[in-house]
Amino acid sequence: MPVQDPQERNSNFNEVALGYTEEQAVLEAGRCLECKNPKCMEGCPVNIDIPGFISKIKVRDFDGAIAKIKETNALPAICGRVCPQEEQCEILCILGKKSEPIAIGRLERFCADHERETNVEKRPVAEPSGKTVAVVGAGPAGLTVAADLARVGHSVTIFESLHEAGGVLIYGIPEFRLPKSIVKEEIDFITKLGVDVKVNYVIGRIKTLNELRDEFDAIFIGTGAGLPKFMGIEGENLNGVYSANEFLTRVNLMKAYRFPEYDTPIKPGKRVVVVGGGNVAMDAARCAQRLGADEVTIVYRRGDEELPARREEIEHAKEEGIVFRLLNNPVRIVEGENMTVAGVECIKMELGEPDGSGRRRPVPIEGSEHLIDADIFIVAIGTSPNPIIFTGSEGLERSEWGTIVVNEDGMTSIEGVCAGGDVVTGAATVISAMGAGKLAAETINTYLMDN
Amino acid sequence: MSYKILEKREMVPNVHLIKVDAPDVAKAARAGQFIILRIDEEGERIPLTIADYDVEEGSVTIIFQEMGKTTKQLGTLSCSDDLQDFVGPLGHPADVRNLGTVVLVGGGIGIAPIHPQAKAYREAGNRVISIIGARNEGLLILEDEMRARSDELYVATDDGSKGHHGFVTDIVKEILDGDEEEVARIVVIGPPIMMRVAAGVIAPYDVETIVSLNPIMIDGTGMCGGCRVSVGGKTKFACVDGPEFNAKDVDFDLLMSRLSLYRDEEGQALENYNKCCSGSDCKCQ
Ligand SMILES: Cc1cc2nc3c(=O)[nH]c(=O)nc-3n(C[C@H](O)[C@H](O)[C@H](O)COP(=O)(O)OP(=O)(O)OC[C@H]3O[C@@H](n4cnc5c(N)ncnc54)[C@H](O)[C@@H]3O)c2cc1C
Ligand SMILES: Cc1cc2nc3c(=O)[nH]c(=O)nc-3n(C[C@H](O)[C@H](O)[C@H](O)COP(=O)(O)OP(=O)(O)OC[C@H]3O[C@@H](n4cnc5c(N)ncnc54)[C@H](O)[C@@H]3O)c2cc1C
Ligand code: SF4
Ligand code: SF4
Ligand code: FES
Repeated sequence: MPVQDPQERNSNFNEVALGYTEEQAVLEAGRCLECKNPKCMEGCPVNIDIPGFISKIKVRDFDGAIAKIKETNALPAICGRVCPQEEQCEILCILGKKSEPIAIGRLERFCADHERETNVEKRPVAEPSGKTVAVVGAGPAGLTVAADLARVGHSVTIFESLHEAGGVLIYGIPEFRLPKSIVKEEIDFITKLGVDVKVNYVIGRIKTLNELRDEFDAIFIGTGAGLPKFMGIEGENLNGVYSANEFLTRVNLMKAYRFPEYDTPIKPGKRVVVVGGGNVAMDAARCAQRLGADEVTIVYRRGDEELPARREEIEHAKEEGIVFRLLNNPVRIVEGENMTVAGVECIKMELGEPDGSGRRRPVPIEGSEHLIDADIFIVAIGTSPNPIIFTGSEGLERSEWGTIVVNEDGMTSIEGVCAGGDVVTGAATVISAMGAGKLAAETINTYLMDN
Repeated sequence: MSYKILEKREMVPNVHLIKVDAPDVAKAARAGQFIILRIDEEGERIPLTIADYDVEEGSVTIIFQEMGKTTKQLGTLSCSDDLQDFVGPLGHPADVRNLGTVVLVGGGIGIAPIHPQAKAYREAGNRVISIIGARNEGLLILEDEMRARSDELYVATDDGSKGHHGFVTDIVKEILDGDEEEVARIVVIGPPIMMRVAAGVIAPYDVETIVSLNPIMIDGTGMCGGCRVSVGGKTKFACVDGPEFNAKDVDFDLLMSRLSLYRDEEGQALENYNKCCSGSDCKCQ
């Protein structure tokens, strides 16, 4: 797929991957064998009829293709961009055994973009059922539940605490990977299905979960895992230390990269150190680079193979000049003048015996401490569930990690209340959150019809 | 969504009161909580304490001092203008119980957040002694309202133009030194430096002292960690763990340092704003 040149893109926030042309899409679709027993579909958490939509691209019926996708996936322009396709649908494609698998994600993105550009929009909604559903949190999980339940005729209200819907798609994943205009249009599609989105509405503060339960026939909780973890090392409250969430929220949600046109400031930094190896760390590093830092370094305690981020994002980050210091872990943030960051002390690591997760455990090499110059330090080592929803939610069972416990249908310990996405699994992926949303929508629909 | 301004007035120079139409927020609001607002699409999210609320009217009142770009711009709005975003109530309500005698101390703009607490502590059956202070008489806000809501009210001004000539902490000390009052709790709200001084003055007396912290915030829901403060050696998020904390445990130096992080950018934003708004063809007039 065509991409923006690395030297150009590391100083702008425009989208990196440019997308297929019609010709490229038809050509790629042409390779699909339309398997009778398509393996690829087993890898898709939302069960897209993959050969079905690809066959329509082959005959240039792009409207038919997107209609097929949207039967099961309300957010295709987003999934086509940020799904870890290479580990899900594409890894199972039969063609991958001998050569390249079909670029399913790119084709999905192409169909969604084509629809937006040509503006076709007809989707039937069922007769009103008279039932009401409250969805808490407008991330991918909540949006999926809302779309699926609205489509079968229930009256759905989403309550979102931020001033914009989208969850991580809006505040976390940067513009250059997922343009915000696309997220907004996908959300428009959901409001056109009749879903009422109430922003600036914090459940646990304006109303509690228990109060909502009295007002609505059923509830879905998709409040995500947004509470940032810190490392607990010396110097973490110094000026210039950010959680990745704060850094990304300033840049994406508040558009600090356009300061002073937008009012929210950010400290861009000259030498930026990011700790962590996931998508979040890659995004924070690439944003810092685009804000004009001289050097951005990712510090990660395991090796290259263990980096949990998507390969494509790691490659993009490397091309853009991000420095990777692997097998390294920060132990202290060095204080400069006026409580600012002057540097980060790191220790080298080596991989020891496999731990409970089957990955080799990193162990510090004694005496290998060394200093990296830095004025900004960004912590991207994970998040846990957003806390506020739990105020006034007596009876809602939680695990020792603070995630909500659900049964195999996505129902919580409170009848008629389902949950899914990061708040159940801990930080995961967009598509797994949507898969959980699909399941919960089915469970809620059955529950509403039985009661 | 948008939130209509129902009432707006300048209480003293550069301090404004705005009453906003926000029925859902009013219904849930409690003393000690705050809201976060954004004026328009390009705006910053800023936190302001709920100074009053009226469930019947569906309104929430905030009182703010012009500090930088956002509060200056907010000061230019008038009745029937809209705010783009207004979210709350955020933070934990003040832990108001019947304790006996409670001393409430408000300095400068800090009188605004103390004011709903006077009412709440009184309603809970406490004897409320309030001490309010400002640089001079002309900057003192809410004196009548505070008098009506307190059993006793003291005023202090730095220049002596009204009440005690000196700091609010002088009066706190006098009360604690006297034997007339058995003080169960002191609540101090004002600029960080004033809260730090008060905490120091009160420390030897061993009276529970509560302060309300005002670090820089974005979301106000525990999602960014930008508002972290150090309390008793532990990191807390002021927006969800606070904003009220026990004064003796608070690291005020850290709070003040973190508040100054964006001084350059704030200066630049204000300068741009002033430049734009003094011109005749200004779009924001
Ligand atoms: C920087 C970053 C990059 C990522 N990159 C990728 C990627 O490339 N590919 C991928 O598949 N995944 C990626 N992920 C992970 C993915 O974004 C998440 O797994 C997914 O968004 C989870 O969806 P969700 O609906 O469960 O929660 P969220 O997206 O977190 O949404 C939860 C929503 O609930 C709201 N909320 C919380 N509490 C309340 C309350 N009390 N009342 C009302 N509303 C509330 C929040 O404001 C938020 O909008 C990334 C995550 C981050 C942070
Ligand atoms: C919980 C809480 C309650 C508050 N209640 C009140 C109140 O009732 N009345 C009142 O006048 N002020 C209150 N404040 C302070 C108020 O939020 C700041 O004065 C305001 O954000 C300044 O914005 P500005 O753009 O006008 O000024 P700027 O020029 O941006 O900043 C001036 C100073 O305000 C502080 N500040 C800047 N941005 C923020 C931010 N996003 N969050 C918090 N502080 C910031 C910084 O210390 C800065 O140096 C409260 C703050 C908090 C955290
Ligand atoms: S949604 Fe994700 S997993 Fe499913 S087909 Fe699309 S890219 Fe593949
Ligand atoms: S497995 Fe590959 S070739 Fe077969 S239907 Fe799926 S995408 Fe097409
Ligand atoms: S303001 Fe973001 S966590 Fe408190």
